[in-house]
Amino acid sequence: MASKTDTTEHTLSADQQKKRRGRSIALAVALAALVAIFYAVTIIKLGPGVMDRPL
Amino acid sequence: MTLLEQTQTIREDTSASVGGMGSVGDYVALLKPRVMSLVIFTALVGMVLAPASQHPVLAAISLLCIAIGAGASGALNMWWDADIDRIMSRTRNRPIPAGKITPSEALAFGATLSGGSVLVLGLVANWVAAGLLAFTIFFYVVIYTMWLKRTTPQNIVIGGAAGALPPVVGWAAMSGTVSVESIALFMITFTWTPPHFWALALVKNGDYKDAGIPMMPVVAGETATRHQILLYSVILLPVGMAPYFLGYATLWYGVAAGLMGAAFLYYAARVWQHREGELARKAALSLFKFSLLYLAGLFAWLLGENVVAGVL
Repeated sequence: MASKTDTTEHTLSADQQKKRRGRSIALAVALAALVAIFYAVTIIKLGPGVMDRPL
Repeated sequence: MTLLEQTQTIREDTSASVGGMGSVGDYVALLKPRVMSLVIFTALVGMVLAPASQHPVLAAISLLCIAIGAGASGALNMWWDADIDRIMSRTRNRPIPAGKITPSEALAFGATLSGGSVLVLGLVANWVAAGLLAFTIFFYVVIYTMWLKRTTPQNIVIGGAAGALPPVVGWAAMSGTVSVESIALFMITFTWTPPHFWALALVKNGDYKDAGIPMMPVVAGETATRHQILLYSVILLPVGMAPYFLGYATLWYGVAAGLMGAAFLYYAARVWQHREGELARKAALSLFKFSLLYLAGLFAWLLGENVVAGVL
C-alpha cells in the first residue's frame, strides 16, 4: 500500500525528468571515461602484449 | 491558491528535500570550478617542473585525478558549510542553500569522488602522490572546514595549506618524491593566501560577521588585519623569488617575481594606508584583484619558461 502511495507522490515533472536524463547521460559518460582510462592505463603500464601469454 | 496547487507546491518542496532535483550544472557547481581551474593550473606547473618524465596520457589522467580530488573537497566543504552559506550573500546561491541538491547527495558525491580520485591516482601515478592528495582533501575538509574555519581567525593561514598543496601533488605524481623545490611552490601559495583572503574579508566583513565566522577583520579588527596583510606581503616578496634562488627558474623569472612582489607590496601598503570609506574599500578590492594576477602570473611564467626551454 505504502509503495503505491509513494509512486503516486513522486510523479516527476517535465523539468525533473529533463534533469534526471541529464544526470543519467553524465553518469554514462563518466563510466565510459573510467573504462577508457583503465584500458589506456593497462596498455601503457603493462604493454600491448598484456593478453598475449601462454596458458 | 487552489487545493491542487497547494498540494503541488508541498510535493515540490518535499521532492527537493528528498533529492533528485539537481541538474548536471548543479553538480558541477558543487566542485567549485573556479577553484578547480586554479588547482589544475598550479598542479600542472608542479608536474612540468618536476625532474622526471611520465607517459603523457598517464600525466593527463594524474592531473584529472588531482582536479577531481580538489573538486570533491569543494563538494564536501559545501555539504558541511550549507548552514553558513545560507546566510552569506556570496554563497547563498550555491546548490545546497538554493535547495537544488540535498546535503546527503553532496556528501555522497564528494565522498565518492574523493575516494575514486585518490585510488586512481595511486594506480596511475604512485602512492606518494595519492597519499598527498588524500591528505589535501582531509586537510581541507576536516582540519579547515570542520575545525579551524569556525574556531580561529588563523583559519585562512593554516587552511591555506590545502590550497597550496596541488603543485606538490603534481610534482610527486611525476617524480614520486617531495622535494625542497616543490615545497617552495607550496610556500608561494601558502604565503599568498592570507593577504588574498583578508583583502576580500575587509570588503565582505559584514557577511562573515553575520555568519559568525571568526575571520581576522571580525575578531582582531580591521587595523590588525591591515598590519597582517602588510607583513605577509613583505614575506611573499622573497618567497615568490624562491624558484630562482633554488636554481630551477631563470634570472628573468627572479626579476619578474621581484617586480610582481613589489607591486603586491604596493597594493598592500595602500590597504594599510587607507582605512576608512570608499578609498579603503577600493584599495582592498585592488589588492584582491592584483593578488589573483600575481599568483597566476608567477606560475604562468614558471610554466612558460619551462616549456620554452623544452622546445629549445
